[in-house]
Amino acid sequence: MHLELSGLTKSFGSLVANDHIDLVIEPGEIHCLLGENGAGKSTLMNMLYGMLQPDSGEIVIDGEKVRITSPSDAIQHGIGMVHQHFMLVPVFTVAENIMLGRENTHAGGVLDRKKAHALVTELSDRYGFEVDPEALIEDIPVGVQQRVEIIKALANEASVLILDEPTAVLTPAEIDELIGVMRQLKENGTSIVFITHKLKEVKAIADTITVIRRGKVVGQAEPSATEEELAELMVGRAVDLVVDKQPAQPQDVVLRVEGLTVIDERGFTAVDDVSLEVRAGEILAVAGVQGNGQTELAEALLGLTEIAAGKISLDGVDLTGRTTRQRLDAGIGYVPEDRAHDGFVGSFTVAENLVLDLFRKAPFGSGLALRTDEIAKNAQARVDEFDIRTQAIELPVSSLSGGNQQKVVLARELSRPLKLLVASQPTRGVDVGSIEFLHARIVKERDNGTAVLIVSTELDEIASLTDRVAVMYRGKVVGVVPADTPRDELGLMMAGASRSEAHDVAIENPTTLGTI
Amino acid sequence: MSTQTTTEPAPPPAPAPAAKERLSGLPNWAVQALVSLSAIVLALIVGAVLIIIGDEGVKTAVGYFGAAPMDTISAAASAVGEAYKALAVGALGGITPISESLTQATPLICGGLAVSLAFRTGLFNIGAQGQLIMGAILAAYVGFAWHLPPVLHLIVAIVAGLLGGALWGGVVGLLKARTGAHEVIVTIMLNYVAIYLLAWLLTTTTFRRPGRTDPISPIVDHNAQYPQFGDTRLHGGFILSVLAAIFVWWLLNRSTVGFELRAVGSNPDASRTAGMSVGRAYIIAMVVAGALAGLAGTQQVLGTDLPLTDGVAASIGFDAITVALLGRGTPVGTVLAGLLFGALNAGGLQMQLITQTPLTLTTVLQAVIVLFVAAPALVRSIFRFLPKERGTGPVLAKGWNG
Repeated sequence: MHLELSGLTKSFGSLVANDHIDLVIEPGEIHCLLGENGAGKSTLMNMLYGMLQPDSGEIVIDGEKVRITSPSDAIQHGIGMVHQHFMLVPVFTVAENIMLGRENTHAGGVLDRKKAHALVTELSDRYGFEVDPEALIEDIPVGVQQRVEIIKALANEASVLILDEPTAVLTPAEIDELIGVMRQLKENGTSIVFITHKLKEVKAIADTITVIRRGKVVGQAEPSATEEELAELMVGRAVDLVVDKQPAQPQDVVLRVEGLTVIDERGFTAVDDVSLEVRAGEILAVAGVQGNGQTELAEALLGLTEIAAGKISLDGVDLTGRTTRQRLDAGIGYVPEDRAHDGFVGSFTVAENLVLDLFRKAPFGSGLALRTDEIAKNAQARVDEFDIRTQAIELPVSSLSGGNQQKVVLARELSRPLKLLVASQPTRGVDVGSIEFLHARIVKERDNGTAVLIVSTELDEIASLTDRVAVMYRGKVVGVVPADTPRDELGLMMAGASRSEAHDVAIENPTTLGTI
Repeated sequence: MSTQTTTEPAPPPAPAPAAKERLSGLPNWAVQALVSLSAIVLALIVGAVLIIIGDEGVKTAVGYFGAAPMDTISAAASAVGEAYKALAVGALGGITPISESLTQATPLICGGLAVSLAFRTGLFNIGAQGQLIMGAILAAYVGFAWHLPPVLHLIVAIVAGLLGGALWGGVVGLLKARTGAHEVIVTIMLNYVAIYLLAWLLTTTTFRRPGRTDPISPIVDHNAQYPQFGDTRLHGGFILSVLAAIFVWWLLNRSTVGFELRAVGSNPDASRTAGMSVGRAYIIAMVVAGALAGLAGTQQVLGTDLPLTDGVAASIGFDAITVALLGRGTPVGTVLAGLLFGALNAGGLQMQLITQTPLTLTTVLQAVIVLFVAAPALVRSIFRFLPKERGTGPVLAKGWNG
């Protein structure tokens, strides 16, 4: 299918989200749409998928002008979309999810499960997806869930597939598998629009790259372009992808974790006898695929989750049994993994969020009274220092972009003297320009003599930002290695291999992303 | 990267007429006030329809509608006009009506504040009724069983009422914080406990007025009564309502405690992560909310009724929920909503006397107002010029699991 968007424009009030965007998607090509968060990629795709109506411009499919007014219109025209957040029912099986919305029935309204089962098996086999039609969605890994979403689109006979930030939730191995799936689809003639802001992936998979900035197409690029060139197109200025930092000067041990074990609510051992040390002036990464105990480890450090055994000490002082507030007061700064959930209060103003864990102390609180003038003064200072883009400090923090929200959280945590900074996924969902800034601030904090513990699933971030890496797998630390360990080795350790095994296997079987 | 990142995910607004463009620049509170005003207008229209349907004159005129259609219309117009005129005069037409409106508003404001404060902490306090009753019981007991000098007696009686309410609310907060018991269930159950406790106490010799067999207590000592304003029924409790509203405003917006309460109300997870104690916030909110409802109880028993009866709380504790809803969980809004409801109650009595329009019409008006306020989209679809509210506002939309 030949798909052409010409002159698509969409504005929200005074903001032009898409400004005369032209885009041609050839049959069977993988077309990357590259742009920072908020550049207008999603708006464009939502117009193509019928969820938004363009103010002007047209969509042409195989030479014929079409109007797409709803997702079902889009599906009829052979356009499928896999959203960043999956639209699956967790307690249904794969086949049941595929059935949703077009339930085939026998006489008397009985669901024809066999037909759905056969459809899933057929599609799964044709593309080598390895999806069990009878598995419950909640039981299968995120990567497989994503394939179910793809199968859903394929079952609708999509010939253009839009993948919205598909790699954000995947492990390195799953990303590799997704790339394989995309190649399979391409061979079968399906065109793919791949939305992302990750440069490595773009280079690994794209046939054509279109870069969008501030609602406009700013250029096309070849996959052979360097990451720096792509980043510059995307951000609009030269970007330093390598974190500028000196070798760490580790000093005394600040954080000591001994034999830490956490049993989660379901009774599983989330953190299993973990011991580690972080020294002043170094950045330790806790790497691992999502859900291998890193989240619980960070929460245990802050006293947000109960520990079953073990000891946590800060500067030699035992923190076990202390409340979260006492630990924060002892000099731990915390950037939680899910900032909207745990990091800030969305309806609170930027100013209020900047003192969320400081409001009781002078100068913000005096006795019972809240010093709103001091809170405003502090907010202005932090907004200037961290270049937080907001129209006013009185606006709710939920009106800010993801990158700026994260800056609010980090600015707050770094605005008091710290001994230890614990930051989970500090740059998740943050645009390239802000990542550079956030990384620089974290390094600066390290150089001030703070011990830093970063929980991250992004190998790029781990390699460029941190000094040592503790790899977690199923609640255990499988090894602590230097940050310059090859990606493939880290990837294998994240799948449970010991360091020496990982080293041997990685040399024999290089992966797509690992070799770039 | 500046402005577009902040607004891109905004839902697409419908093609906007010019008026909407202009109004969308208004601050959120002004938008809410406009929606509330529109809801009141709509409720009056609904009320007018009910008056017309129920009016005898109109019924007669409809009988010969074909012969003289204008008769029906003029009968309807006069029925509505007279009923609303009586309502307005009864609420605002002179010193006595105004003082009566304020008297009615007094406990509604305190009760409304009790619900609003809990709302802002993410709690749905259905228990203002029970807290109010407990406040009234203790205040009444101190009022008639103890005999203290002037001023002191009133103060002690008020404090007793505050304690009674605070205790009843505090139990809810404590159970929620310690065991996770849902405040909606606990407050409903404690309402029953309070209602029947009151009924039982009024059968005991301690509470029942000597020589009486019906459930009524002795009149509280003169020293324990709120001072009256002149010959009206309005009493000093009204001043306390206004002071309580100012206190709640200060607590929520200008105190560290209120900061914590609001944070917990909006996002308990982030609050916990920031080192706040969510349970403590729930307890504080329910103790203060209970005390506010208890204050409403003292106003009833030490100001308006004087003896304690089983009807001392009427339905104030439940009306307080609607007052808080209409007031959008803010102290200023709650005061305004309390005044409106007080005026409707006072005016409704006059309306019933003069035009025989049943008092329940005012109940309908109150219910319809709140219904429209709770469904702003409905109001907007009728009054197209109204802009959309930004953000989520207070937690009023929060449901059962809030």
